[in-house]
Amino acid sequence: MRSLTLGHYLPGNSLLHRMDPRVKLVSLLVLIIALFVIETFLGFMLFGSFIFMIFLSTRLPWRYFFRGLRPVFLIVLITLILHFLFTKGGQVYVRWGPLTVEEAGIYLGSFMTLRLVLLVTTTVMITLTTSPIAFADGIEYLLRPFRRMGVPGHEIAMMMTIALRFIPTLMEEGDKIRKAQMARGADFETGNIFRRARNLVPLLVPLFVSAFRRADELAVAMEARCYRGGQGRTRLRELQARPLDYYGLTTVTAILVFIILTGV
Amino acid sequence: MFALEIENLSFTYPDLTPALEDVSLQIKRKKKTAILGANGSGKTTLIYHLNGIIPAQQGRVKVLGQQVDKKNMQEVRKAVGLLFDNPDNQLFSTTVFNDIAFGPRNLKLDPDTMTRRVQEALERVGIRELAERPPYCLSLGQKKRAAIAGLLAMKPRVLAFDEPFSGLDPEVADQFREILDELVEEGATLVFSTHDVNLAYGWADEVVIMKAGRVLTAGTYDLLRDGQVLKEAALPLPLLAQLFRNSHEQPRTVEEAAALVEPGSGRLKAVDSSR
Repeated sequence: MRSLTLGHYLPGNSLLHRMDPRVKLVSLLVLIIALFVIETFLGFMLFGSFIFMIFLSTRLPWRYFFRGLRPVFLIVLITLILHFLFTKGGQVYVRWGPLTVEEAGIYLGSFMTLRLVLLVTTTVMITLTTSPIAFADGIEYLLRPFRRMGVPGHEIAMMMTIALRFIPTLMEEGDKIRKAQMARGADFETGNIFRRARNLVPLLVPLFVSAFRRADELAVAMEARCYRGGQGRTRLRELQARPLDYYGLTTVTAILVFIILTGV
Repeated sequence: MFALEIENLSFTYPDLTPALEDVSLQIKRKKKTAILGANGSGKTTLIYHLNGIIPAQQGRVKVLGQQVDKKNMQEVRKAVGLLFDNPDNQLFSTTVFNDIAFGPRNLKLDPDTMTRRVQEALERVGIRELAERPPYCLSLGQKKRAAIAGLLAMKPRVLAFDEPFSGLDPEVADQFREILDELVEEGATLVFSTHDVNLAYGWADEVVIMKAGRVLTAGTYDLLRDGQVLKEAALPLPLLAQLFRNSHEQPRTVEEAAALVEPGSGRLKAVDSSR
């Protein structure tokens, strides 16, 4: 239970690792837009090789790359199957009873699959190289312009940071409660999956109670140290964009412009 | 027959910390057995094995003659009441009453029997008035009582307590010992871990001395006069054993010791001069 890695951040010292989190977030947004503008397989190939090159430069182990894809594998598979079977048009390749696989289906299916896979790998690459804290800092900065509209950027970032910090604590807490209940005859180990799921309910209630209590204590502890929200608060890590960040941002913007202008 | 029999038990934590190495032990029925050892000597890990919270990796644990395995886990957990060192780890319900009722509910008792058992347990540890309070608002002594009541409501025959007296003030600790003495007199077996040699010397019937996951020695409380063994286990000699090192008399409690001192002179009544 405790071996879970969170946010899947892998520390390193590559170009991508050293980039400013704000720039990485904006770049990610630009790249995602680019992905949805792409209209041809050639475009995907160019985009894919760009991502591939960046991935090589990060020196991350390949298995993390595939691990990131695992959760969406099912979605990708369903997309592919649905398109193959139900998108009609063009030449008919396979006929099997009432079902047919037609040209348009294969085309759209592979197109959508490629888009999904590239979307996920690009995002995974950014999360693998950005620490959760840096992420929260970046989000806080980027939400600053929206403060007038009532978006509490600092609070959102603080919530993210605190949530991340307390995940291991809550897991440990859950483990303790589970042990205490097991010691008094609660049964988590036998029965089918539904039974086991139902047996988790008495575990969740005390876990929530203790989480609320902990939150209350934390709020008091923070106020005791004069925390009053983001107003006028100095930062421990001042984010500073360097030439590298501008080059990165220029590159991704260039990619987007290129895709739009050439229509690949 | 022994209350607990442990044969060649070894255990290594997932982070590869070895906690128990080839531990073999027998715990006598209706006795108070102290498991002594420094921090990290494996006391807690051993206690957790006694009702299957940690299943044996190697070796066997027998509870009342029955080997602990997956099938009889519920019976074992009913027979052995486990007290965690920190009651906060044990109390999880919204009220003390609900918490104590958790075990009896798992035993699928009918509501009347359940309520009766909870009431009895509350009486027993003297916290009847706390029944409807949330456990986390209680003092440490009250929490420990509530935790013990939670075990008693299941009517266990063996009590396995991890550091039952840690953090308690002397008065509450005394009351605790009284409750436990009563339970042992009624036929329960008590196993508890501690590093308080004075407590073990004065109160336990049997002692098990552990070091680095191994049992150094086990026997009656007399073992605690063996300075060599205790030194190896990184434990001090009990104060009374130190004071009466050269005496025939071996008082276990301050009261017994006081009775040996001559009124007036303050000398010991019987000093062995030949040693």
